[in-house]
Amino acid sequence: MPITKDDVLKIAELARLELTPEESESFTVQLDAILGYIDKLDELDTREVAPMSHSTTASGDTEYSRRDDVARPSLGQQSAVANAPDSEAGYFKVPKVIGN
Amino acid sequence: MELREQSIKAVRQQIAAKKISAVELCKAAFARIEKLADLNAFISLTREDALAQAQAIDQAAQSGAELPPLAGTILAVKDNMVMRGVKTTAGSKILYNYIPPYTATAVERLQAAGVIIVGKANCDEFAMGSSNENSAYGIVKNPWDTERVPGGSSGGSAVAVAAGMAMAALGSDTGGSIRQPAGFCGIVGLKPTYGRVSRYGLIAFGSSLDQIGPFANSVEDIAQLMNVMAGRDPLDSTSSEKATDDYVAALDGDVQGLRVGVPKECFGEGLDAEVREKIEASIKKFAELGAEIIEVSLPHSEYAVPVYYLIATAEASSNLARFDGVRYGFRAEEAYTLKDMYNRTRDEGFGAEVKRRIMLGTYALSAGYYDAYYGKAQQVRALIEGDFRNAFDRCDVIVTPVTPTPAFKLGEKTANPLEMYLSDIYTITLNLAGVPGLSMPCGLASNGMPIGIQLISRHFDEARLLKAAHNLEQATGLGFKPRAIEGL
Repeated sequence: MPITKDDVLKIAELARLELTPEESESFTVQLDAILGYIDKLDELDTREVAPMSHSTTASGDTEYSRRDDVARPSLGQQSAVANAPDSEAGYFKVPKVIGN
Repeated sequence: MELREQSIKAVRQQIAAKKISAVELCKAAFARIEKLADLNAFISLTREDALAQAQAIDQAAQSGAELPPLAGTILAVKDNMVMRGVKTTAGSKILYNYIPPYTATAVERLQAAGVIIVGKANCDEFAMGSSNENSAYGIVKNPWDTERVPGGSSGGSAVAVAAGMAMAALGSDTGGSIRQPAGFCGIVGLKPTYGRVSRYGLIAFGSSLDQIGPFANSVEDIAQLMNVMAGRDPLDSTSSEKATDDYVAALDGDVQGLRVGVPKECFGEGLDAEVREKIEASIKKFAELGAEIIEVSLPHSEYAVPVYYLIATAEASSNLARFDGVRYGFRAEEAYTLKDMYNRTRDEGFGAEVKRRIMLGTYALSAGYYDAYYGKAQQVRALIEGDFRNAFDRCDVIVTPVTPTPAFKLGEKTANPLEMYLSDIYTITLNLAGVPGLSMPCGLASNGMPIGIQLISRHFDEARLLKAAHNLEQATGLGFKPRAIEGL
């Protein structure tokens, strides 16, 4: 099924990207070509294949462990907001959530 | 002082013997970087910190103290690894002013071992690209021919080493981003096993695929770097607790009886004749050295590109959700609601390739398409991993090309993303399976460009991989020097 411009605009909305009109045109053509190529996977019957999400299981390496859940010093508020485009009194500041 | 001719071991010995000073070496590196600024290998330089580190090493040498194992190694770090207090952009406008409050573990371990970091190397934006043409900070040029790409995404790291601006570099490899630029630039690059080197502090792209690894002029130098970098890090839960090997000690010995697998699928259609010829010559060399050559099969290789571009983009669309103009980096101006601010920040802050991949990944994960795309890709991924398992039942090391052709021209593939993706055909299977791979030069094409060969081993078998590579390197000789900057 070919990708339409409406599909592209819907995906852009999900991905929080406000595309320019040129971008939505070019992405429609390019994503359609890429997905057309990806359809090659349909050649394979995978009904009996368990999905693999990570190679840690494939390597037979079970030697992964979680660290103990103990409190450690963290960044601190000043350092955490130091890179923010806008902040006030140690908080991240953003435009209002609800429009006019 | 010609950095391309300095081994890590020799530099340390000469500094310890006070035959050279780390400060002189460091200054020579910066002089070289300035001279070759047109290659655009660096996004930012760390001159003051580098000189301070060099002075500290010289003082230690003066006092007769034992120098750490990598003392004086001039290193470039790909700009997608964070360093405390040093601007880190990941090649993106969206992080144009980001000053990290912490340092990546791999970088920290190398610093503690005495490396001198000269700067942050240019790369494709968020490590997405095969040509280093996707950086918000400009394209990087190949020192062998400045009309050609250096490869990507760790193009700046590869060029820094190939052009003698650094002795070694750190890169990251999600689908070939260390091995492909190493091949295009005529140097050695290693993607370790998934989990062998900590990724704490690496800006995430595809989390089930990403791995940090080294670039250097020789296999021995790669082993020196791995001895310091490899091993468990409590700050990265995917780093393995498996014991590491002494990779330098592992280089000793021959390849008598080593079973070298040659997958027939990697020598078919689309492979450049000269690349084939050089790889076949290297296989012959292995046979002369006493290795046993065995034909193996990786039957699902042809499905690797579609699988990769679903899994990597799905993971990227999730990982890159954090760049929203709130906590760091760029924020679009004059956006009056939060959602408007998110949408415009991301559209203005990300480049075209990153947006394309976020779009593809979002689509693959979206309701109604998840099973057909992402789920299917995970199943085929299991088949690709099974191919390697079966092949390694019959051999110890697998040999393939790194890329179908030597480095292509700048601009040659930018109009067609799919064609660009297909240049990763021999490298991405390793990331999907998690196995380690090393890329090293094995000859020159008639147009003078280097040709790379890829060696692959079982998970966590870097010791054997490096030993095989070292033997091949000793037999074929070093001395692949970039032509375009000869005499500079």
